[in-house]
Amino acid sequence: MQTYEELLSQVIEMVQPLAPQGRSVREVTDLVSDLEFDSLKVMSLVERVEDRFDISIPLNILPDVRTVRDFTVQLQKLLGKV
Amino acid sequence: MAIFDKFQQLAATRQALSESGIQAISVVMDQVVSATEAVVNGQRVILAGTNNYLGLTFHPDCIEAACQAVRTQGTGTTGSRAANGSYSIHVQLERELADFLGRRGVIVFSTGYVANLGMLSTLAGPGDVFVIDGDSHASIYDGCRLSGAEIIRFRHNDPADLDKRLHRLGDRIANTLIVVEGIYSMLGDRAPLADIAAVKRRHPGAMLVVDEAHSLGVLGEHGRGMAEEAGVEADVDFVIGTFSKSLGAIGGYCGSDHPELDLMRFANRPYVFTASPSPSIIASTRTALAVLRSRPELRDRLWGNARTLYGHLRDLGYTLGPEPSPIIAVRFAERDKAFAAWTALIERGVYVNLVLPPASPDGGSLLRCSVSAGHTPEQIEHIARAFGELPKPIAGLSAA
Repeated sequence: MQTYEELLSQVIEMVQPLAPQGRSVREVTDLVSDLEFDSLKVMSLVERVEDRFDISIPLNILPDVRTVRDFTVQLQKLLGKV
Repeated sequence: MAIFDKFQQLAATRQALSESGIQAISVVMDQVVSATEAVVNGQRVILAGTNNYLGLTFHPDCIEAACQAVRTQGTGTTGSRAANGSYSIHVQLERELADFLGRRGVIVFSTGYVANLGMLSTLAGPGDVFVIDGDSHASIYDGCRLSGAEIIRFRHNDPADLDKRLHRLGDRIANTLIVVEGIYSMLGDRAPLADIAAVKRRHPGAMLVVDEAHSLGVLGEHGRGMAEEAGVEADVDFVIGTFSKSLGAIGGYCGSDHPELDLMRFANRPYVFTASPSPSIIASTRTALAVLRSRPELRDRLWGNARTLYGHLRDLGYTLGPEPSPIIAVRFAERDKAFAAWTALIERGVYVNLVLPPASPDGGSLLRCSVSAGHTPEQIEHIARAFGELPKPIAGLSAA
């Protein structure tokens, strides 16, 4: 079981390539207001994370996700269930 | 954030699009001349963006049936079937559809959207799981959301990805519904339904729902859709469809062999709380269904037109959807070029659908043409010629 910090650094690593050029991704970064993610970018991130961790991420968690931290918290919960 | 702030981006997009003088996202047809022609902004156009696959909207028998129903049964039912009762023609249409689809039972809905919303939200609930194709129609997403079930998306038309996700569910498979479409409305590509059905069989307990909105009357020896075409109707637990495309009216249906289907009328809130279809709609739909069944040559004509137009557009160098289909998606990497092309096509007498992100599947923009059995060979040539005449910078032939 990975720690929150270990998961966070992996999530940041997966979000960074989807961010606009020159914008750095941090724990408090807001996916929509800071990185201009639209639904297609969010789905692209979801697929990357699903492949990396061999899980399915239910769409139902997405309304609770605004920041990289929110996403990491949800991911940790899902990995805890596997 | 104030209530209306969230619409600001939409307002800016609409403003940018409306500067050409024609409202691309709120087109008004001043006059509808026939199944394939209308007048827009004083300009006569060939309709190539209507989903009118069999061209039945002006069929004289359908019009006569609708007129007759209005005269004898009135203009509307003024309430839902649960509250006000059914008209006999609602029940007759359900019997005729069940006979056509080879299903034990059918429920008729007031729109195709309500059919998906009602069936999906009723079939599943909290604790259940939907595994849906990523390119599913909004009505599928909305129905799944309304159910309170868990929603998992698999990669578009990828049975191996579906298989992987079903495998991950373990014991929850008995509470799982797979949802796919026959033909996808954006790119016109078909579901690999034989492979998807095989995946379903490898996971006993899972159920399969197929939305045949764009494939009813289009695919299969008898026009029943993709499941008939792929020879897997027995694997499909619930087949959903619409009257607003091949049948030229409005409404929806769900057919199934599960006896529980009839019970769902009472638990199905979108069905219980929507006024039932008006008599004229049911009458023209019944007649259109009879035409669909008795005139398979309409499907041949539709496919002939689809292949001809797809071939012309491909030869012109456009980037298209993956296979010839009555939905032909012309792909553009840039929104502005798609919009300029859409406007130029109107000026050349051709109306198609402009599809912008995020409605389009991969972030690009589309000009979506839908072909009809009602198009004459001359109209198909006219549409192709109009695309051929688009100025090179607009056409962006290397796009997408």
